Amino acid sequence: MSAVLTHFNYVAVIVLMMGGLYILLSTGNLVRRMIGLAIFQTSTGLFYISLGKVSGGTAAITLDAVSAEGQALAARAGAEQVARYGVEGVIYSNPLPHVLILTAIVVGVATLAVGLAIAVRLREAYGTIETDEIQALDRVLTAAGQVEPAP
Amino acid sequence: MTGYIPGFDANLALDAILLVMLVVIVAAIAATHRMLSAVILMGLYSLVSAVWLVVMDAADVAFTEAVVGAGVSTIVLLGAILLTRGAAAKVSGRRRFLPAVLALGVGAILIYATLDLPDFGDPASPANAYVGRAYLEATGNDMGIPNVVTAVLSSYRGFDTLGETVVIFAAAIGVAIMLGFGERAMADRTIEPLAGGPADHHVVLRVAAKLLIPIIALYAFYVQFHGDLGPGGGFQAGVILAVAVILHALVFGLKDTMAAVKPKFARGVAALGVLLYAGIGVTCIVNGGGFLDYDHLFPRHIEAQIPDWILGPADPAHPHHWGQHFGIMAIELGVLFTVAATMVTIFYGFAGRSMEAPQPGAPRSGAA
Amino acid sequence: MITFEAFYAAPPALTAHAPALLVVGPLIGACVAALSPNSRWAWMISVGSTIFAVWMALCLAGEVARQGVVNYYMGGFAPPLGIAFRIDALGVMMALLVSSVSAAAALYSGHALDAEVRSSKHTLFQAGFLLCVAGLLGLVSTGDAFNAFVFLEVSSIGTYALIAAGERRDRRALPAAFNYLIMGTIGATFYVIGVGFLYAATGTLNMADIAARVVTLGDSRMVQAGFAFIVVGLGLKAAMFPLHGWLPGAYAHAPSLMNIFLSATATKAALYLMVRFLFGVFEPGSDFAYHFMAWVLGPLAGAAAVICSIQAAFEKEFRRVLAFSSVAQVGYILLGLSIGTTAAASAGFLHLLAHALMKATLFMAVGGVALHFRGRTLDDFAGAGRDAPWTMAAFATGAASLIGIPLTAGFLSKWRLIEASLAAGQIWMVVVIAISSLLALAYAGRMLEAIFFRTAAPGAERAKEAPLGVLVPLWILAGFCVWFGIDASLPESIAIAGAQALMGGRP
Repeated sequence: MSAVLTHFNYVAVIVLMMGGLYILLSTGNLVRRMIGLAIFQTSTGLFYISLGKVSGGTAAITLDAVSAEGQALAARAGAEQVARYGVEGVIYSNPLPHVLILTAIVVGVATLAVGLAIAVRLREAYGTIETDEIQALDRVLTAAGQVEPAP
Repeated sequence: MTGYIPGFDANLALDAILLVMLVVIVAAIAATHRMLSAVILMGLYSLVSAVWLVVMDAADVAFTEAVVGAGVSTIVLLGAILLTRGAAAKVSGRRRFLPAVLALGVGAILIYATLDLPDFGDPASPANAYVGRAYLEATGNDMGIPNVVTAVLSSYRGFDTLGETVVIFAAAIGVAIMLGFGERAMADRTIEPLAGGPADHHVVLRVAAKLLIPIIALYAFYVQFHGDLGPGGGFQAGVILAVAVILHALVFGLKDTMAAVKPKFARGVAALGVLLYAGIGVTCIVNGGGFLDYDHLFPRHIEAQIPDWILGPADPAHPHHWGQHFGIMAIELGVLFTVAATMVTIFYGFAGRSMEAPQPGAPRSGAA
Repeated sequence: MITFEAFYAAPPALTAHAPALLVVGPLIGACVAALSPNSRWAWMISVGSTIFAVWMALCLAGEVARQGVVNYYMGGFAPPLGIAFRIDALGVMMALLVSSVSAAAALYSGHALDAEVRSSKHTLFQAGFLLCVAGLLGLVSTGDAFNAFVFLEVSSIGTYALIAAGERRDRRALPAAFNYLIMGTIGATFYVIGVGFLYAATGTLNMADIAARVVTLGDSRMVQAGFAFIVVGLGLKAAMFPLHGWLPGAYAHAPSLMNIFLSATATKAALYLMVRFLFGVFEPGSDFAYHFMAWVLGPLAGAAAVICSIQAAFEKEFRRVLAFSSVAQVGYILLGLSIGTTAAASAGFLHLLAHALMKATLFMAVGGVALHFRGRTLDDFAGAGRDAPWTMAAFATGAASLIGIPLTAGFLSKWRLIEASLAAGQIWMVVVIAISSLLALAYAGRMLEAIFFRTAAPGAERAKEAPLGVLVPLWILAGFCVWFGIDASLPESIAIAGAQALMGGRP
């Protein structure tokens, strides 16, 4: 039971990642593929964030331990925990994964924009965004020995 | 709750509910064949994960996910399905089999590996006890700003953030190379606002937008300069500023917006943002430090001459916080420029393209 | 590195910051290129900043020869808090390779862009190219696992669109670029997952720090998973067989500038990062990594060298032949590394250098001819040797090196590989190399036969000699192919120093 509780987050996040990977691989529609890719990327971020959560912690914005908020947090976590894991009397969650995932989210949106831009051009050049149809069109043209520039 | 149970606190129920919601949303995206539903579910996914991130104490990330994931990504996806039109073809059973096996296999490896992971929420795990904790302990001394995430983002790992800004700039270049800047939309006199229909029907909308746009822009600057103290910073502010421009385009028409914020101007600002960021780094080198070492942002003799009433008295214990403060502020400004300008450029690319997309059902002759 | 020990390319104040400037130079160049008024300016900025990068790489070569390893702390924060650049002899080898190929490609691009990309997009194209250069240079210099991901993406995001820009001549560039984007991003995400597991196990992102802490963990599942995901992720980026499906299309249909630059550098930079993880972070002495190298990496590399050579022999289009051959040649490099001795690794690196040089030559020759010529298949190139003798002679030099004819760079590196596999008792590798070389003779021979021994069909479009601006960088590259075939002391000393830095004094 306890192993289920303590690792529930990781497993749930992995299910999300694999959901994204499955959407990405199972479809031939380019925009849907980008959606799957976006889910895959962002849920990887959720994995990092899960690693950085500290029980009884708060966001990594320094608080005064004697302030009302600091007191409330300390009461919830318990004095022993605060003494062991707190920084100047307050327990914080780990800021490093947050920073890394901020970067990863931005990289994700950049990939999404470029990927969709290419998909839009593909639609203009081929009249479709289904991978199978694009391949079929290319096969016909390549067999005929002619290659067409995009409009 | 009376006692403290390691790995278990009051938020765990909320955490579990939100994660299950996310799983359901992803399942729904996998099941739907309607592109519009998939895109809207995707926006929902971002929103729910933003809420989950707040539960995980990741306020800055939640903010970014909300504005980037639920905001910009959704706009770009909507633009893309408008330009590519149509439902996804049904996926045949055979086509599903292999991806399912692959995803299950990779998932099984991952779950096998997680068995060795430290318990969720364990404050003594290597991830939380080593470098993560060191940042919390050192930030007060090194930088003297309350938001440790901002400190790590813009100073300790400021080089990563430079790379990230460059990635955004690269996306602007990529989209512009693919779709252009919407120059054709600007040249075309017959274009109507994206919102559709004659503008007269939208008096209320226009008045409301006129009120809203300055407030949104103002909020962007609040988020920008509040980043040292609370959640926020250049990325979030940049996206919000871009949203003000996009709202203008939706209500008043793309042409009017392009006349106000010229595509060429946006492209220039995107480059200037990166230049500002890298320039700060080089300035630190010129003044005797390492790249991006804000402690050396100002030459020593100039720093000594700054009167106390401008910056407050220098703290003898760590006299160079000014450099850190100014450095962080300046690079966040660079980030703001690049992000806002890039988002506008991407929007122009997609929105400008919608006017020249081929008609559905009439693929180009060469494609037949 | 004996060659560079007494080599001072810049004043010490500048040399001290060479690691940062190596990356920041092209980065600033990219911004200025994006702001520049016309394509001429952008081209000059592109050439200027790549030459600046070569200069900085040379400064680093001198420093590394004197100090062994150059560390540079970004923001003045020592690891594990800050991001550190860590450049050893192997890193210098890669930095020299990336920067000099980028300079040759930039020189070449002046003419190529006019023919291949809309003039309104030249400035952006140069900016994207410089971002890609900066990303790869950062990738080979960084000592931080997550920073490497950022640079991987810096170099990739622009690349996707630049490859897709090949649509103007060949619309197949679009699906190829899209496919590359999907595969590249899956690879990068796998890498991030792997780094996440290593971070969970060690609590740090600095590679040297991870290495020091991984040793104490023993056979942790987290470390194994981290290892597996990093290798698969980077294997995708490096087009390691059988994850190479995206490469032929992406290289064959890209604009020739990207084609030249990527084929010589991009997969090799990803390979370099993988090698740093294999040898620098996971010791080859540990059972897991060792078994992986001997039972997975080696056989896959052998399969790549044979199967992709066969595919190359059956392709009809020039660039696709060369692209498949690239995957096969990466197989050689991996063969050398999988043996696990210093001599074999240095042979692998020598082949890496030689292959970068000859592929750049070959693609530049094809691209140079194709500036005013729409032919792309072997039949189209019939008789090109008569119509464009200078360009095609350079092509022949590159092709000879690809086959491994004596007096070319490719001969010596293959010879060293064979020596190393014999010394390690891996006879099957010798057989693989021999078979693959015969296949190379077949596919390169087909190309040369079409160019020099066939005559153009009457009425067919004729190839034209490449302009002088193309011939100069082309013959510089071809000249190196020959020079390193005759006197290989420079690349060999670089490769040996790199292998020694990597293996840390093992046999």
